[in-house]
Amino acid sequence: MTAGLGELLRLALRRDRIMLPVWIYALIGSAASTLISIRRLYPDDASRDRLAQSINGNPSLRALYGPVYDAHSVGALTAWRILPYGGLMIGLLCVLLVTRHTRAEEESGRMELVGAGAVGRAAPLAAALGTALTACLTVALVVPLLMIAFGEAAAGSFAFGLAYAGTGLVFAGAAALAAQVTATAPAANGIDGALLGLAFLLRACGDAAGSSGPEWLVWLSPLGWAERVRPYADTAWWLPALMLAAFLVQVAGAYLLASRRDLGSGLLPQRPGPPVGAPSLRSAYALGLRLQRGSLYGWTAAFLAAGLVFGGISQGIRQLLEGSGSVQRVLERMGGTQGAVDSYLSTMTSTFAMVAAVYAVQTVLRLRSEETGGRAEPVLATGVSRLSWAWSHLVYPLLGSAVLLAAAGLGLGLGTGAVLGDLGGWTWRLLGAALVQLPAVWVFAGAALALFGLLPRWTAAAWGVLGALLFIAYLGPLLSAGQWLLDLTPFTHVPRLPGGTVTLQPLLWLTLVTVALGGAGLTGLRRRDLG
Amino acid sequence: MTTSISPAVSVSGLVKTFGRTRALDGLELEVARGEVHGFLGPNGAGKSTTIRALLGLIRADSGTMRMLDRDPWRDSVALHRRLAYVPGDVTLWRNLTGGEVIDLLGRLRGGLDAGRRATLLDRFELDPTKKGNAYSKGNRQKVALVAAFASDAELLILDEPTSGLDPLMEEVFRGCVAEERDRGRTVLLSSHILSEVEALCDRVSIIRAGRTVESGSLAELRHLTRTSVEAELATAPEGLDRLPGLHGLDLGPSDGGPGDLGPSDGGTGDGTAVRLRCQVDTDRLDGLIRVLSAAGIRTLTSRPPTLEELFLRHYEQVRS
Repeated sequence: MTAGLGELLRLALRRDRIMLPVWIYALIGSAASTLISIRRLYPDDASRDRLAQSINGNPSLRALYGPVYDAHSVGALTAWRILPYGGLMIGLLCVLLVTRHTRAEEESGRMELVGAGAVGRAAPLAAALGTALTACLTVALVVPLLMIAFGEAAAGSFAFGLAYAGTGLVFAGAAALAAQVTATAPAANGIDGALLGLAFLLRACGDAAGSSGPEWLVWLSPLGWAERVRPYADTAWWLPALMLAAFLVQVAGAYLLASRRDLGSGLLPQRPGPPVGAPSLRSAYALGLRLQRGSLYGWTAAFLAAGLVFGGISQGIRQLLEGSGSVQRVLERMGGTQGAVDSYLSTMTSTFAMVAAVYAVQTVLRLRSEETGGRAEPVLATGVSRLSWAWSHLVYPLLGSAVLLAAAGLGLGLGTGAVLGDLGGWTWRLLGAALVQLPAVWVFAGAALALFGLLPRWTAAAWGVLGALLFIAYLGPLLSAGQWLLDLTPFTHVPRLPGGTVTLQPLLWLTLVTVALGGAGLTGLRRRDLG
Repeated sequence: MTTSISPAVSVSGLVKTFGRTRALDGLELEVARGEVHGFLGPNGAGKSTTIRALLGLIRADSGTMRMLDRDPWRDSVALHRRLAYVPGDVTLWRNLTGGEVIDLLGRLRGGLDAGRRATLLDRFELDPTKKGNAYSKGNRQKVALVAAFASDAELLILDEPTSGLDPLMEEVFRGCVAEERDRGRTVLLSSHILSEVEALCDRVSIIRAGRTVESGSLAELRHLTRTSVEAELATAPEGLDRLPGLHGLDLGPSDGGPGDLGPSDGGTGDGTAVRLRCQVDTDRLDGLIRVLSAAGIRTLTSRPPTLEELFLRHYEQVRS
């Protein structure tokens, strides 16, 4: 059944030899850097108590970060700060790994090649899970060792590591199931992405509600479980065990489903489509729309929903005690400059813009996957020029990102207006605040396009650029990083809205940088070999 | 439309290197208007690279190329409206149906004949409602073939278009190419299946390692072809040594099989069945069969020379 597992696992790890270490480093590094910054920002028990009070007494902050269980331990605060977001990230890593080594391989036909060799029926899925398990075990081991090295309690440190890694495992199991159900890798990743988003929102809503409301929502989310492990504070050791059990049950389910389907097919039946192309399907742009619209709809819906939720919890921000300066200071450093609500909302618009940059890079990289997948060639062998073909996809990083930001701004505005009053005013302000981020998002699209046109083999490095700059933009303020470092990221240069003032100059500069990068990329594309 | 006698495709001294690999090394190719031209070569010989250069997808390092009196790199878009291309490895978009892809590719070229489209779907027995990832390799190829044959292109460029088709569909394909020729269109057919090229092509170019090693009509190349024959015979054949054009003769005792009826079968002259393997110049086949027939044929397979054999033969000649 599992013959050849060792070889497949080695193959998977070899294919991921760059991606996996980078991710693991980021997952572990964010825990370490958070610990250091918490020590610096909250040096004594009194400041940590104030932090805990302001978080626990405020539904909005509970929704963002979850409740603080033990304010006196730096370890507990680190775990509190990391688990909701780091859990999301390790979950994302695990679903990407599992889909990449199961459904994507099957879809490409490579699995058939492997399956015809001396490889057991169960081995490919086991190898994919083994890759995710490798990542999780590394995190589960190294994070505690680091925490202990920083002087934190051993038991709590291991609980932290288990909660962190366990979240990844639960999502790895979910991805194994999704890979059986769907017939295509994007569909599997779509289901997984929706599950990740749902897990985050359920935890956020449950924590915001607190004991007076539907707090039980937290228990529907693996991120909620991770948080309730309560490392360093009355640890619930049974929860990591529950995570492991959930992983095993899902894996068993995946194997059960796998035994009932044929290689290459999913459980969801593929419906027949139209036998003729609609009259509108007559240009490269129409094709681009068909290929990109599904992801644009999904992203837009997610941005709108998240905007509504984060707008809806802005009421609690207003109740922030003026005295709990520490949280406010962080929020201010990360975003706006005046007023707790404004600073909260500007942090949100900036966060949405960072996520929109992921969309922008992903949609530019679609050009490369069309090229290497052999799907660009038939189109370019017709009366479609290279530039038209490129633009048929570039519409999405350029204008699709604008749609996403507008959806987020609309959601934030409607949510905020609903709880604070002045619906129209907030909606317009936040729409503008979100859209002003657009030039910063464009820079990432420009960088990805430059790589695609000039160094096609290195197109995937766009993810590295994005990851590095997002890391600086997101954690830099918290870590009191030097201004020169912050200046590297485009997000430093866009106006902080609402609350800040709009200056046109940086927006023009960012646009100019995009034009230069994109122009270089398109020129390169016109001259180089394709395929 | 055009009275020009300039060739449809004319390539001379084409060189293309990828890193340290020299994929094309002074390749020559000339395709006359209205002919079906076979473009032959083993895997990795440079067929697809040549075609991709003709399509303006890659840029040649040196050499000259003309296609329909235009420059394939500079005028690629204008040229593409006049040609239809079927890649060797067709990949489709997973969320578009075959029918949608056929219409899209046709419209991107500037038009599609709806009547021919329907007929072709019928002949190729292709279900146009399936999504791209639900088709087998052969069916993906059919999608690209229907799109190409239903177009009004002057020039068809087909890169190993039948590698995934079953024999019935291969027959349909041959019919379609013959019709294209009758309609006066030019076809460049890249292939490594000699029988297909023999059945369809007026002229062929044979390339190896990025160079053209032979070019001409099939009759001109006929001297290169040999047929492989394998037979089981009731008795040892007589007079093989006097047969002209016989090569690589290998005679031995039969190792059994369907032709061997065992000791109860008493009709075998001196009693021992014989297995024969040889190659014979195709125009001498008749003489060989007469000899074999006299010896009592139990089983017989004859196979036209594979391209590899043709090459081996060709290089033997070059070397000697």
